Amino acid sequence: MKLVTAVIKPFKLDEVKEALKAAGVTGMTVSEVQGFGRQRGHTEVYRGAEYTVDLVPKLRLETVVADEDVDAVVQAIVGAGRTEKIGDGKVWVMPVESVVRIRTGEGGPDAI
Amino acid sequence: MGGSVLAVTATGSGSNPGDTAWVLVSAGLVLFMTPGLALFYGGMVRAKNVLGIIMQNFFCMGIVSVLWVLIGFTLAFGPDAGHGLIGGLDMVGLRHIANGVPGFHLTIPPLAFMVFQMMFAIITPALITGATADRLRFTGFVVFVSVWLLLVYAPIAHWSFSPGGWLYHRGVLDFAGGTVVEINSGFSSLAAAMVVGRRRGWPEELMSPHSLPFTLLGAGILWFGWFGFNAGSALGASGVATQALVNTQLAAAAGLLGWIFLEAVRADGKPTTLGAASGAVAGMVAITPCAGFVGTLPSIAIGFAAGIVCLLAVRLKFRFRYDDSLDVVAVHGIGGIVGMVLLGVFAAHAINPAGSNGLASHGGLHLLGQQLLATVVSMAYAFGATYLIARVVHSVIGLRVSPDDEAEGLDTSQHAESAYAAAGLGRIQ
Repeated sequence: MKLVTAVIKPFKLDEVKEALKAAGVTGMTVSEVQGFGRQRGHTEVYRGAEYTVDLVPKLRLETVVADEDVDAVVQAIVGAGRTEKIGDGKVWVMPVESVVRIRTGEGGPDAI
Repeated sequence: MGGSVLAVTATGSGSNPGDTAWVLVSAGLVLFMTPGLALFYGGMVRAKNVLGIIMQNFFCMGIVSVLWVLIGFTLAFGPDAGHGLIGGLDMVGLRHIANGVPGFHLTIPPLAFMVFQMMFAIITPALITGATADRLRFTGFVVFVSVWLLLVYAPIAHWSFSPGGWLYHRGVLDFAGGTVVEINSGFSSLAAAMVVGRRRGWPEELMSPHSLPFTLLGAGILWFGWFGFNAGSALGASGVATQALVNTQLAAAAGLLGWIFLEAVRADGKPTTLGAASGAVAGMVAITPCAGFVGTLPSIAIGFAAGIVCLLAVRLKFRFRYDDSLDVVAVHGIGGIVGMVLLGVFAAHAINPAGSNGLASHGGLHLLGQQLLATVVSMAYAFGATYLIARVVHSVIGLRVSPDDEAEGLDTSQHAESAYAAAGLGRIQ
């Protein structure tokens, strides 16, 4: 099993979510985050004083998938999340040791 | 509009202290509606656009106040320039205002009338910003509002509010702005929303309100301020003002009940807080033209009808695919029509000698015909003229932000501020 984590542009969530559903993903967790990569931030002005804010609002999407589904899931995120402009975000994959569904106690891929 | 005639006043000497106090307080109440509207709207938009819409509303308090004194007032209330279509330029910069306002027999200083009417001119363009929420370019908006005030608001105010206006002259009744404020803002909103186009992702994506508590608080402020709006339009501390205030309360209450009643009886329906706020506003919109011309019980019927009809009217934007983001067309446009038409039914001469009898008071169909005429004419003019103005401003300056700025949000892209910034994330330049 793998944990797929993606940081994406907020307005892309709907498209990415639909693409993941089409790829067979049945659940995900989404959080609002702020961060920066190559995309520059913006300037904020309060009573004339200018501040550079590097951090840009993004969404972090996490889903645990079976090993054989990883490539399709990553491709779905990349395909749907891309605008070809700087700041589209990243996807990374990490191994997962175990997963348990709390309601039933099922473990492993059955719990995904 | 009709206060009792005690004395024609000049600069205010000899004016009635009670009337003057009430109209001055009412001016403050109506002004307070605009920040109330900003919260009402601000709660309904996404967190990245809340300052954008609040700023558009606040900005109206700046630009309209100045333009009103310089030229807006004379276009609306100056001596008629011909055929009751617009006021002449005799009162530019409030010249000659000490001599009174043409056609009115005021018991208050003319300046008090001027500043009371200024507050109406502020909130009416502010209402339009709900239809174009989340995507309006601020610089384009500045030009749009300025031109719109002079070419759309001032003429319609002249037609309905000034005794020299052609609708007023025909006997059309509009106590506090069913045409001037409500139908005008509603159908101007339709035109503006069509010109700037739909938000990216609408209607498929959920764009949920980011703070309904803001919206409910804003609705409460609007309700409070509307007492000045309607009862202040009596232009005196009179029995008519009292009737207007009572009617406002009951129409708001009945509108609230009507809207959530329909929500609740729909399949799987639950009464919502946004529905309660919207219904109260719809009820007050509809009672606006009627407030000083109808009795207490008809006000309940008018408010309840508006709560039902306006909720049904929200469907129109999905049917015809115009993105009236915060339902200004449904609540103010359609709600204004409900009020203007039902005034033709429920108006009673016994309530206000300056009014006339509608259908239910055995006045026949005459008044209803006048009300329908005023409704259709103000709808058509507001829509047509606003469409032209918005088109021109859009092509010359641009009324819509870029797709990148729209995705980023109006707060940082238009105003370089965040409403809900995380602490300590920036560095001074």
